[in-house]
Amino acid sequence: MKTDDLITVLSTNVEPVDRRQVVRELAAAVAIGTMVAVATILIFHGLRTDLDDLQAQGFLLLKLAFAVAVIISASICLVRLARPGGETRTRLTLTAWPFIGIAFLAAISLVFAPFWHLHTAVMGGRWLECLISIPLIAVLPFVLVIWTLRRMAPTDLTHTGALAGLVAGGMSALGYALHCTSDSVPFIALWYGGTIALCTLIGAVLGPRLLRW
Amino acid sequence: MNEAELKELMRAGLDGNAAAYRILLDQLSRYLRGYFRGKLTRMGRSAMEAEDLVQEVLLAIHTRRHTYDAGKPFTPWLYAIARYKLIDHLRRTRASSIDLPLDDTNEVTARDEYAGVESGLDLQKLLDRLPVKMRRAIQSVKIEGLSVAEAAKRCGMSESAIKVNVHRGLRALAATIAREEAT
Repeated sequence: MKTDDLITVLSTNVEPVDRRQVVRELAAAVAIGTMVAVATILIFHGLRTDLDDLQAQGFLLLKLAFAVAVIISASICLVRLARPGGETRTRLTLTAWPFIGIAFLAAISLVFAPFWHLHTAVMGGRWLECLISIPLIAVLPFVLVIWTLRRMAPTDLTHTGALAGLVAGGMSALGYALHCTSDSVPFIALWYGGTIALCTLIGAVLGPRLLRW
Repeated sequence: MNEAELKELMRAGLDGNAAAYRILLDQLSRYLRGYFRGKLTRMGRSAMEAEDLVQEVLLAIHTRRHTYDAGKPFTPWLYAIARYKLIDHLRRTRASSIDLPLDDTNEVTARDEYAGVESGLDLQKLLDRLPVKMRRAIQSVKIEGLSVAEAAKRCGMSESAIKVNVHRGLRALAATIAREEAT
């Protein structure tokens, strides 16, 4: 085939393109993924039942704020990495801030807690349920984000995959927070932070295979 | 052609200006030819292989043109695609070295090679492998140049179905070419 012939084919009846397509489609994927995660939690685990308690409300808000911060920072980076060459202009350190923030709060709470409290704060909650639930519930949102990214053109597949895992982990954590009754800041930092980091790692490993174009 | 001119043509192309888009693809094919030949001949590879890549990248540019952010420079976008496809190609064809240094993005527009050779790809054969709806949509709209409305009438599909089939068909074509080159 002559390249000129291909150019003729491509430039015949060329359709106008929606310039906001990348942002719009990724925003839709994140919104739908979050709804899926929330629905999964409400169906299989149910909303926590002690929400008339002020402290429970406070911890729910903290968990939600952490998850939302993860989702937003990851989404901002993802929109950039979804485009060719986006990785050269994007600082991924933005995505570390929610983790640094929650680790800082956890450190403060440990300083002011009695020493014997440490074990209860970190291991006292239902950490195993958290450890299993967050990665598991992240699967569907992850598939959704990857499926959306496959119509874009990331050129750094490892980092794009990692961000897809991170944002999926954030969505899953947001859903799980509605159910989780383990109310301590170190617990959130370690088990929420840890499981979301695990999702990120899995995304980085799968990225090059799933996102090739 | 400089960055500003390329960007202007790309923007016009994104708005559906076929004439500007044609000029752009024509110019890009020369740059890509220069870039790929420069890289591949150093590895002892043929001009035809470079042409395969030129065509693969043109298809990639076309099917993923919505990922160009009109507020950003055009050349880095082009360079990122060309480099990505070159690395992918070398990996697929099992090159001993895929350690491609990151050049200045202007490297991609450094040489302007007009003289094309034919690629080893046969458009008609590639089209024949597509599902029938996609093939008929591409045949009518992109090869015979019928309007979307005319094509819809002829193929007995709705206008939006024609658009979707053209779009999906070109993406499938791009994927087939990538597989084809690997063999």
